[in-house]
Amino acid sequence: MALVLNEEQRLLQDTARDFLTSNAPVEALRMLRDNNDAVGYSGQLWQKMADMGWASIILPEAYGGLDFGFVGLGVILEESGRTLTASPLFASAVVGVSALLLGGSEAHKQTLLPAIASGKLTLALALEESHHHRPTHIATTAEKQGDSFLLNGSKQFVLDGHSADKLIVVARSSGAESNNQGLSLFLVDRTTSGVNCQRTILMDSRNASNIQFENVVVPATDLLGDADEGLKILEPLLDRARVAIAAEMMGCSLEAFDRTLAYLKEREQFGALIGSFQALQHRKAHMQSELELCRSVLLQALSAVDDSPEDLPVLASLAKTKLNELVKLVTNEAVQMHGGIGVTDELEIGFFLKRARVAIQIFGDTGYHKDRYATLGGY
Amino acid sequence: MEDLEQFRLDVREWLNANCPESQRQPMTPEEQYWGGRRGEFPSEDARRWFERMRDKGWTAPEWPTEYGGGGLTALEGRVLKEEMKRIHARTPLYGIGIWMLGPAVLEYGNKEQKKQHIRAIVNGETRWAQGYSEPGAGSDLASLQCKAEDKGDHFLVNGSKIWTTAADKCDWIFCLVRTNPDVKKQEGISFLLIDMDDPGVSTTPIALISGESEFCQTFFDNVKVPKENLVAELNKGWSVAKALLVHERKLMAEMGSDSPRHILVPNMAAHEYLEFENGKIADARLRSDLVDYDMQMQAVALTHFRTFEEKAAGIRSAAPMVMKYVGTEAEKTKSELLLAIMGSRGLGWEGDEFNAQEIDTVRLWAMSKAMTIAGGSSEIQLNLIAKNVLELPQS
Repeated sequence: MALVLNEEQRLLQDTARDFLTSNAPVEALRMLRDNNDAVGYSGQLWQKMADMGWASIILPEAYGGLDFGFVGLGVILEESGRTLTASPLFASAVVGVSALLLGGSEAHKQTLLPAIASGKLTLALALEESHHHRPTHIATTAEKQGDSFLLNGSKQFVLDGHSADKLIVVARSSGAESNNQGLSLFLVDRTTSGVNCQRTILMDSRNASNIQFENVVVPATDLLGDADEGLKILEPLLDRARVAIAAEMMGCSLEAFDRTLAYLKEREQFGALIGSFQALQHRKAHMQSELELCRSVLLQALSAVDDSPEDLPVLASLAKTKLNELVKLVTNEAVQMHGGIGVTDELEIGFFLKRARVAIQIFGDTGYHKDRYATLGGY
Repeated sequence: MEDLEQFRLDVREWLNANCPESQRQPMTPEEQYWGGRRGEFPSEDARRWFERMRDKGWTAPEWPTEYGGGGLTALEGRVLKEEMKRIHARTPLYGIGIWMLGPAVLEYGNKEQKKQHIRAIVNGETRWAQGYSEPGAGSDLASLQCKAEDKGDHFLVNGSKIWTTAADKCDWIFCLVRTNPDVKKQEGISFLLIDMDDPGVSTTPIALISGESEFCQTFFDNVKVPKENLVAELNKGWSVAKALLVHERKLMAEMGSDSPRHILVPNMAAHEYLEFENGKIADARLRSDLVDYDMQMQAVALTHFRTFEEKAAGIRSAAPMVMKYVGTEAEKTKSELLLAIMGSRGLGWEGDEFNAQEIDTVRLWAMSKAMTIAGGSSEIQLNLIAKNVLELPQS
């Protein structure tokens, strides 16, 4: 466990920052939005990212990966949070890859992981069924029929769902709707007959979809892990995803914070730089303190994925909660401290505010994770 | 690293052989030993434990051996601390001398001053008080007025110092005094050591909202102080004070994790005082507040570890600059939360209707209010972060 980055990770951070600020700045996201881009991210950019090894950053070397672990991944996600880069990095290279690593058969791993690593294949997790994160409340059914399963149900808030080649579908193979047991995970081609996908236009100009499954036939070989034991994969999978999105939120917070700090040092009112006013200084200093706390929490949670998975559930809920609160505070204050210009579309601060709001909702909002943290703590 | 592991084993063995069983228990404030001419050992075991540690120089483990210290490196010092913590060994000697004045004299004092004062601190012979704040100089410390006039072979000191912790039990006091009123306020301050037995020094305790009186006001009425008691150059006291304040803030940030009192922690208190339904605290708001507190404490503790790791790796970050603010605010939150959890059992002041733990918790709640004021208030901490970390323009 380390609470500081090593030399290699710091180098990776510099590389990532250079690449993203020149190839995928916030302006690129604005263009995707204004052009109503059908995919929602640049395939060319994703290919470049894959060529640098980012799609395989957490993959063991045996599958053609860089094996940088989650601390290395966190560095890249944080930088992509600073530039609000739209790409399948989170949905596919983190969530998809983790699902395969945790539950995939050797055949899945051998065929799919190298394809993801090379940028040719993308995945998305189809989990949520209501407007709040309730990972075990699953009504989508998976009915065993000979050597295959029949999927029926509907999913929402599927990140990158409309562009992914394959979906990882969480379905109920037995038990009642809210039962922890009886879940199974399936790999399903998005183009399979009976899969119906609608892209949703969200405030952050990124991609999510609603997806219906109508009598979709899935061969039993595309089951991830064991039938009815899906939670054993889903729990660690979600915790990894939560820590990863927390890293992106850290970057988002830092950038909004830095840009606002620069503004406080150049904007004049009442004949003085507004950064000299104590009313703003104390709020900014308080946010700096919270940034420092979140930095430690995030590093501990990322390294728990690599080194001490037994600590991960508590740390993942801690990290998601703290970063939810941080990014909410920092982006709201960023708008407020910019004053009138802060609510214009021209200023990029609004993009940070909107991405923050979506990220807060991904895989558990503050209320969800506070409840989980308390439950894990025995109260 | 191997040497360090060997050192750890040696320390462990020595502690096991030398730390009396009774000195491996949590202690009440009355059981702490603070040394000084009037210092009394709470028990024979405490005396024995102190003497054994003193003889190794481990009352001040990292100070140089030539003045009686332990001569340990920072890493060895940490190992000793960890090993003591492992067996819950009590701190054998407390004091501002060890925490603050010693480091200041070692860094800024001359050879004579080190000889005179350092060993006496290590040996628990002198107990020190701190004379910084004045009735008219709190957060604006640099505006202090207690003056020391140059009278040839001595300084003549007149004025008063407030919040002098336990000064009524101390032998010496280190003071910030005004030696030049005609320059920028920070540039006319000197750092002076004063023997509290000198004629003209008097001290009165101040009753606090906690019911305790650990703070005093100390008065100086034509006190003659020898010239050789000046630490660092004349009018350079502010730099010494600033360096010491960093020490003090670090101590205050850590205080919560090393509380000598046998008091409740909110999680345990919840099980004792709150109703549970299906394994959850029934009062949703209190449950939510408890999560907030637990999360904040975990984040503060992790940040504390991070500062150690960064120091070892030679990395600078803003983390040390925020610790006093976040640490003391979290302590205050903790006390508020404990009282809320205890309900009307968290209102008792004295008498037999409440148990000792309940009364201690209430008293500590009142005391916790001082934590975000002393050593530079939270507002001052935020000013410092704005100035030194964020480099915001100053008005």
